[in-house]
Amino acid sequence: MNDILQFIINALSLGSLYALFALGLIMVFGILRLVNFAYGELIMVAGYTWYILQGTFIPLVGLLISAVVAAGLASVLTERVAFRPVRSNSMNAMLITSFAVSTLLQNMALVFVSPRPRAVDVPTWFHTSLNVGGLRIGVSNLIIIAISGLTLLALMLLMQRTRLGLTLRAASDDFRMLQLLGVRANQVIATAFLISGLLAGVAGFLWIGRIGSVSPTVGMAPLLVALIAIVVGGMSSLSGAIAGGFFMGALTIALQLILPQDLLAFRDAVIFAVVILVLVVRPQGLIKGRFATERIG
Amino acid sequence: MKLPSGLAPRKVIPVLITLGIFLIVAIAASLFGSSLVDRITTVMFVNVIMVLGLQIFMGNSGLLSFAHVGFMGIGAYASALFSLPPDQKLMSLPDLYTPFQDLQLGFLPAVFAAAAVAAIFAAIVGFPLMRLADTAAAIASFALLVIVHVVLSQWTAMTNGPRTLFGLLKYTDMWTAAIWAFIIIVVAFVFKESSLGMKLRASRDNVHAANAVGIDVIKTRWIAFVISAFICGMAGAMWAHFITSFQPGAFYMSMTFIVLTMLIVGGPQTVSGTALGVLIITVVSESLRQMENTLGMNANFPFDTVGMTEILLAIVLILVLAFRPGGLVEKTELGAGWAKRRGRLRRQTQPETTDESLAGTE
Repeated sequence: MNDILQFIINALSLGSLYALFALGLIMVFGILRLVNFAYGELIMVAGYTWYILQGTFIPLVGLLISAVVAAGLASVLTERVAFRPVRSNSMNAMLITSFAVSTLLQNMALVFVSPRPRAVDVPTWFHTSLNVGGLRIGVSNLIIIAISGLTLLALMLLMQRTRLGLTLRAASDDFRMLQLLGVRANQVIATAFLISGLLAGVAGFLWIGRIGSVSPTVGMAPLLVALIAIVVGGMSSLSGAIAGGFFMGALTIALQLILPQDLLAFRDAVIFAVVILVLVVRPQGLIKGRFATERIG
Repeated sequence: MKLPSGLAPRKVIPVLITLGIFLIVAIAASLFGSSLVDRITTVMFVNVIMVLGLQIFMGNSGLLSFAHVGFMGIGAYASALFSLPPDQKLMSLPDLYTPFQDLQLGFLPAVFAAAAVAAIFAAIVGFPLMRLADTAAAIASFALLVIVHVVLSQWTAMTNGPRTLFGLLKYTDMWTAAIWAFIIIVVAFVFKESSLGMKLRASRDNVHAANAVGIDVIKTRWIAFVISAFICGMAGAMWAHFITSFQPGAFYMSMTFIVLTMLIVGGPQTVSGTALGVLIITVVSESLRQMENTLGMNANFPFDTVGMTEILLAIVLILVLAFRPGGLVEKTELGAGWAKRRGRLRRQTQPETTDESLAGTE
């Protein structure tokens, strides 16, 4: 029984983090049909902001906020500088642009900080665990679940209850129609990038807290996870991305328990094979979106 | 003067121009004689093979593929398995399965066998992959690259895991690479003009129209995918036998970035453009690398200079994508426009040769 509870908490913690990653990626994909390969580097930006600002007078919460803001700004900046000029070109051009932006940011971290991983000061209480009725619950898991949960809730409120959310949802359904109704394309897309960056910041901060250090390629793993999660979730809806994220979290924890040690190394290969399989057999994903139109330009 | 349409001047001249440029580069490099220039030129010719292999699929079909660097990696590791001498294998790959233990082929058989391994792998995975379109195809090919990387870096018995695989014999020299690059340049031109290439380009320009005139788009893409994987595998094998010791990390994101930059900057839709892209990016990145090294040693920057080259290349790539998305040589092969204009002039003076005007409509 305790094992099952333990599994559920671990899966929930990792899953909620993955769900945030996936949401950030789908925010942009939903509107532009762009798989933003530079998404992982937003997480990296959050991590380096933390690394650079730590040791100053800024408290941990302040570090979190500045990391999130930095990731959001970086996201908007990449949109303005790189993605907007190529938006009207082919989809391949945008994908390759995002790949180039990813390389650009990674190498900037390489040049201006260091190619080696840098440790961030994670408070020691983050890695302790509480003992509740014989059940050991990591503080980190609780904090991740709490912050991710709050962020998810805030995002849902934003998307469902505000005019901005309505615009964004409409934009991912039929962008051309929205433009005809007089909504500014640039503004909507920039907002989507901003939200994507903020989500990457929150999730990235927690992610980097979990692993304790930041390196130029730190964003790679979250990007891959988010990619799989949105494919599994059908690449069309926010709820699909969330479901995909939790699915991935549960799958990762489960495989860690089930797979023998020498096969564990091939875990990522197995998971990616699942992605190709899902794309081929069930391209609409596990959860089917209601509506999808061609990419806008 | 009647020529078969495949040998019309506007088809042949681009091939000659492209070969001519690279022949001059090869001769100049061998006359120059410095080992650094020799190394750079050899890697450039291997890259010509690699990027043209990618162009055969990506340029003609219009589908983005991240997977081809994976095929290059498969080619490199497979050729190592085929060509390592048995006593060297005991050191380089101590856990190797016994059937492979005594296997040793010569250089060319090893290269072709390795390319065939990459092609067979591509044939199997291409079967489901070619059914996908647009974003799904791009994501799936990206997933494939990750899978290949994970397997190459974890299958310790066959690849020595994430550690360096060493002890390959150095077979590839500048002229071997150059001659193979010339052959692949011709192959890429022939492929583009072949009926298969024509069908593939038709599906790129309008997939529904291509379907409607009876082209089996999925099959056509699949054949091109296998051919291009074969060539990329070959490039990997040539590269492996030049570098002689390498890690799985060599065939991952940064290699993909360089290869894509070469393809996109040159112009994926044209063979001469792609080849030119390899030349230009090689010259640019190598001179940047030299600057990076000198700056790193002499100037007192508060940061490392390693990585500057990639930053500038990424900026170049973004600029090209934004302002010249078709690449430097966009649609008309180098020299083809000139040959076409000349042909038209000649027709105006001699109105009886009408068969060429038919060949001129594409």
